[in-house]
Amino acid sequence: MLPTPDTSHVAFERVYEPAEDSYLLLDTLSSESETAFLRSRFGRSSTDAAAATTTPTSAAGTVPAPFVVEIGPGSGVVIGFVNAHATHIFGTPSVLTAAIDVNRHACAATQETARKAAADVSQAATATTPSPSQSGTFLDAVQGDLTAPLRPGSVDVLIFNPPYVPTEELPRQPTATDMVTSETAPTFQDDSYLLSLSYAGGVDGMEITDLLIGRLPEVLAPHRGCAYVLLCAQNKPEAVKQRIRAFGPQWRAETVGSSGKQAGWEKLQIVRIWREDEEQQQESS
Amino acid sequence: MKVLSLNFLTCAVKACKSTSNSYPLHPKDAELVEDDLELNSELLLNIMPRIDWPALSTTATELGFPSLPAQPPTKEELEADAKMLQDLHHLLMETQMMEGKLVCGNCGHEYAVREGIANFLLPAHLV
Repeated sequence: MLPTPDTSHVAFERVYEPAEDSYLLLDTLSSESETAFLRSRFGRSSTDAAAATTTPTSAAGTVPAPFVVEIGPGSGVVIGFVNAHATHIFGTPSVLTAAIDVNRHACAATQETARKAAADVSQAATATTPSPSQSGTFLDAVQGDLTAPLRPGSVDVLIFNPPYVPTEELPRQPTATDMVTSETAPTFQDDSYLLSLSYAGGVDGMEITDLLIGRLPEVLAPHRGCAYVLLCAQNKPEAVKQRIRAFGPQWRAETVGSSGKQAGWEKLQIVRIWREDEEQQQESS
Repeated sequence: MKVLSLNFLTCAVKACKSTSNSYPLHPKDAELVEDDLELNSELLLNIMPRIDWPALSTTATELGFPSLPAQPPTKEELEADAKMLQDLHHLLMETQMMEGKLVCGNCGHEYAVREGIANFLLPAHLV
């Protein structure tokens, strides 16, 4: 088991505390099936030819570093984990990671979690034998609404643990004048509001996730872009997967991790979303 | 925020995404700090194919760095040029914008950067 990032510095009264859903993402992203998938797509083993088709300017022998973005990282435990263990997950430490959260406190927490997790991994490695870094490079956590600040076609791996709890209505979504600096002391009401943004999903718990899914075709990199989205049973996951498959013949959506089986149906699950090119389809058939 | 991050970010206003003027965002009143990080040449070589070079050149010039070459260096050129590797490492990885604004060249909206965190949330009238 890979170590879970330390989040003891995070103020959980205003930032979502890692829970079963976060840990399911860690387990799934470091599982045998997903590391095999991610390594074949982004690791050193992927062929130069494949790299050349995704990025025409790439020189022979280099695999363009994947850009991995978590939307709504909260404490940063998931993206901190993915970054710190980049070599295990992607087969290469040449991985760029970043995060976007509406909650400014979550952005600050995520930066610190990612920094600490990478430092802990490198400390553990040098304690045994001096070795090159196992971790990726965490760029930034920016404040924003879902994928809005991202350049179209830029994201290779998108990770989303959404506000998935069905609620009567969505909380008001924050705007530019909310949380301008981290200095203003938040009141209890502010804190409850911030936490509600992390879990309240409106109708079927899907109002925010539906928006995100609608933006995937634009934001994911052509060919190699993929996404991991967490859903709960009330989100009607089969219908969600059908919607994604209807984007086009190359689109795939499969459950690749689950937990909390109740009466034969999964309470939480991770859906992997990706596109398979025609050549890849021929190879795998 | 790192200069490299600016290569992946654009205006959050939906109508701006399809225009070329919205990218890259233009730093304004930028306060920069420099981190001291170990150079990782393999990482830099693997990042190069991901970089939009004209956008990086614009950002570098606007932040007061010397002009970048018109064409991105090839892998071989970069491997053979320790100074260029160091310069790119310094620009992309070590330089952080702590305060200032990022301005969209299309709609003119200014995104504030405070304490190193950029705020891309839009005012209510633009959402």
